[in-house]
Amino acid sequence: MPTVTEVLNTMDYGPAPESNTIVKDWLAAHQAGFGHYINGAFTKPKNLFDVFNPSTAEKIASASNGTAADVDTAVDAAARAFKSWSALSGFERAKHLYALARHIQKRERFLAVLETMDNGKTIRESRDIDVPLVARHFYHHAGWAQLADTEFKDYGPLGVCGQIIPWNFPLLMLAWKIAPALAAGNTVVLKPAEFTPLTALAFAEICTEAGLPPGVVNIITGDGDTGSALVKHQGVAKIAFTGSTDVGRIIRRETAGSGKKVSLELGGKSPFIVFEDADLDAAVEGVVDAVWFNQGQVCCAGTRLLVQESIYERLIAKLKKRMETLRVGDPLDKSNDMGPLVDAVQLARVRSLVKKGEAEGGTLHQASCAIPEKGYYFAPSLFLDVGASSSVMQDEIFGPVIAAMSFRTPDEAASIANHTRYGLAASIWSENINVALEAAARVKAGVVWINSTNQFDAAAGFGGYKESGFGREGGREGLFEYMALPKPRSAEKQKPLAAPVTSLGQGPSAANLIDRTAKMFVGGKQARPDSGYSYEIFSTKGKPIGLAGLGNRKDIRNAVEAARNASAWSGVSAHNRAQVLYFIAENLNARAEEFAKRLVSGGHGGGEAKREVDAALQRIFYYAAQADKYDGRIHSTNAKRQTTLAFNEPYGVMGLVAPAEAPLLAMISLLMPALAMGNRVVLVPSQNMPLITTDFYQVLETSDVPAGTVNIVTGARDELAKTLAEHDEVDALWYHGDAAGCTMVEKASSGNLKSTWTTAHTIDLSEAQGTEYLRRATQVKNIWIPYGE
Amino acid sequence: MSTQRNTGTAFKPEWFETAQVNTSAAERRAATLTTRRSVKKEYQAGWLVKALQCIDLTTLAGDDTPGRVHRLCAKARQPLRDDIVEKLGLAKMPVVGAVCVYPTMVPHAVKALQGSGIPVASVATGFPAGLTPLPLRLAEIKYAVEQGAHEIDIVIHRAQVLMGDWQQLYDEVSAMREACGAAHMKAILATGDLKTLRNVYKASMVAMQAGSDFIKTSTGKEDVNATLPVSLTMLRALRDYGEYTGQPIGFKPAGGLKTAKDAMNWQILMKEELGRRWLEPDLFRIGASSMLSDIERQLEHFITGRYSALSHHALA
Repeated sequence: MPTVTEVLNTMDYGPAPESNTIVKDWLAAHQAGFGHYINGAFTKPKNLFDVFNPSTAEKIASASNGTAADVDTAVDAAARAFKSWSALSGFERAKHLYALARHIQKRERFLAVLETMDNGKTIRESRDIDVPLVARHFYHHAGWAQLADTEFKDYGPLGVCGQIIPWNFPLLMLAWKIAPALAAGNTVVLKPAEFTPLTALAFAEICTEAGLPPGVVNIITGDGDTGSALVKHQGVAKIAFTGSTDVGRIIRRETAGSGKKVSLELGGKSPFIVFEDADLDAAVEGVVDAVWFNQGQVCCAGTRLLVQESIYERLIAKLKKRMETLRVGDPLDKSNDMGPLVDAVQLARVRSLVKKGEAEGGTLHQASCAIPEKGYYFAPSLFLDVGASSSVMQDEIFGPVIAAMSFRTPDEAASIANHTRYGLAASIWSENINVALEAAARVKAGVVWINSTNQFDAAAGFGGYKESGFGREGGREGLFEYMALPKPRSAEKQKPLAAPVTSLGQGPSAANLIDRTAKMFVGGKQARPDSGYSYEIFSTKGKPIGLAGLGNRKDIRNAVEAARNASAWSGVSAHNRAQVLYFIAENLNARAEEFAKRLVSGGHGGGEAKREVDAALQRIFYYAAQADKYDGRIHSTNAKRQTTLAFNEPYGVMGLVAPAEAPLLAMISLLMPALAMGNRVVLVPSQNMPLITTDFYQVLETSDVPAGTVNIVTGARDELAKTLAEHDEVDALWYHGDAAGCTMVEKASSGNLKSTWTTAHTIDLSEAQGTEYLRRATQVKNIWIPYGE
Repeated sequence: MSTQRNTGTAFKPEWFETAQVNTSAAERRAATLTTRRSVKKEYQAGWLVKALQCIDLTTLAGDDTPGRVHRLCAKARQPLRDDIVEKLGLAKMPVVGAVCVYPTMVPHAVKALQGSGIPVASVATGFPAGLTPLPLRLAEIKYAVEQGAHEIDIVIHRAQVLMGDWQQLYDEVSAMREACGAAHMKAILATGDLKTLRNVYKASMVAMQAGSDFIKTSTGKEDVNATLPVSLTMLRALRDYGEYTGQPIGFKPAGGLKTAKDAMNWQILMKEELGRRWLEPDLFRIGASSMLSDIERQLEHFITGRYSALSHHALA
């Protein structure tokens, strides 16, 4: 220790270590290694792997590597507990979640210190951010447990949820997973990351301490194989995963066709946009909180710094100056801003990506603070002189590295911001409400922070657009991920379809004097099939009734292109969309008899046909009514002078693959909610009965539906569905078909991780209407707006 | 206080007209700044001694008397007990940054501080409201300087800020600076009256352009005294002014700073936003009266390991 006089000279901060004695004692008591937490008790430690403190690279514990048999045991325990847990009243479940929140608070410093030792994040963050948010999440969801019955009427829990969480926010991600699952009445098997299992194990002890019934929460430690066993387990109804996009893709493929509900919270390369009228000093602090928070190991980190050209030099100068006061070192020291990366593997990865960035011509600027030699430390880094397509602007580094470039106009900012495969978050800095809100609306991301960054709260949903995954965590929108509507009782498995009949001469098919050709409908124009082939359409009684175009990949390509270009539909007012839907109903009504006749020619009885047309008209009215009423929310996030707006945004381009039955009503049941919410659509009508849909484009043509908003491709259902599922410009896909088709669609959708809704059973069309359809046609964007002058 | 004076600049509205301060962001930075740094043990003792040296030990009350001012000056000369100074290992008794009084108390303070090297600071210009006519405000400055004040804490005319009369503000503060002559000038912005951080930034910049050697938050008489977000905003203006002109300007938070913890919070703010240089009394002062006794108690605790009683330390 220096003398007081020496300190008076240097005015250094000096060491300020947080004591870890109590945590060390706890670790010593578990020296034999941790077992899994199954059915309220720990198993005997087995197949141990080492757990390290990344700031010292020393082993601090060992945990069991879970086998498929361990996963079995845990899932069984959870399944048994589900029966009684899901039968508890909301109040009873709320009391348990409340107790967990309380116990987390009672153990707050223990958990913070343990998290810092396991993960390497600074004690300031674990103490002031992670652990308080964990408690907040359980409190908030104690409330949802209480309210689930009334606020989510008709919805029920799923069963056993398999949850796999990453190492960057070990305990917080656990809370994000477990709290909503339990609130909704599910039980869980959670696997923490191999690098950071310790706070999950401590949480297991807290579950016991707080009196949670055995089996409701089960914790299995292990590596990727353990996770894979959980993903594949037949007893699991839901997989919730937070982690890399690559693993998310694997999970999407592995769960395809299993019927498991899936939510994925994946990678990001979020833009951090600074406009010329921003508070630059505030924006600089924002960068610090965006990318040097948790060593940049944050999926929503703003790692692409986009700065308006007029202030670029000034902002970068301020940023460089700010970097000089960053302190990197022992994360238990209360005066350090950054600790080590989580593991040597991560450090090597960051180093190699930074090297690549330099090799591509980027200029690397690093903070000049001392970097400890031991431990996995990496200096705060800023890349300059990079282009929009350089690797440091495109690839997720998951380290303390930000890359900067300039833009000229708000337009250009939006297009650079969206020039990425990801869509998790965005941070927007401007003092002008018009500039800020316009940018917030245009950026394709699930979370947008205006004049702030990395704000989290249990009351707001978190999750991404595009390849950042699907599903939300937190808020009302997050709870839907852990609930479902019951299957209709009458549901039957959909049977596979026979191939389209393309041979010639099946018999006279035109009853009219003048022949009529059913075409595709693409970009507002009737189009012949690219293949030049047609296939025969038969009534349900086997009578040939006409020919339809045999669509192929290129027809889908053209249709998607047209839908992509028809972006205006997503921007018009909801009132305007409602008007168009009403107009569709008006025009369909004018031709009701003709449509009824078409249904009769397909085999409907006369009364049945009339009822279906009537039902279709009513359904159009329903969604016209909802167009300006299924609106967003204002979430009560935990801060003063702040509003958090949850918008229901359209996906963009949706593929709709209609079921075989009730060809008019089924098509309307899918098309109208998608349109009402502002999506543009590529519709594949019933393969066996497409002619009523090709009649329908004449209704669309007379109803002011903008060209390209609805596109219709007829042909072999699953071939067309596969092309849609694989298409990277299709943002969401609803598929009705057989089990093999569902598997195929889910698997093929892993390319761009589009949201899918597959149904392998028949639906009760009289009930195929409601807000669930609207929810599935939208994704929630949360815009955080702090205010105050 | 340093001999280097702020020369001021011509009136340059372009340095502040488009200035943006985001209030929520400033609040967030202020709220987390003091949680990002921690100073313990010997370091804490050193920092507290430094804070003591930066205190403008102040009495600005209607019932001030020569006797009260004498007592305060005695405390300024000997802010710590001898045994504490010794155990801290300090070569000599540290002294406070200045003693701050009303103009009519200046001669008493000057007398009481004779030979100590401690400067006397006087408030002036119709403190605290600053609404007396300009000639009287200037005459008051001259009076205080003639009575021996080395530093003058002027108050700005808040209406000029609230009405956006920046040129007039510049002209008045320039005139005050001229009236100060060799005395250093601290400009009190009375930020509690200015309300918005944007106003605070702009007023700071104008005050510096007009030649203020220090900018100071509050008179201590406004509804809201020195806060960290306001201070942060002033420091950023001060930093920007430094970038434009190369001249270091001092900062003085005043009003509501009562504890050793307050002192350290502001020291951390200074060090993080401006750097080590701004921890010295020529660029940093803390306007306070009761803070000193809390610092004494904390220093005694550092030495003995026991919590100290107020009655064990000399009254100010």
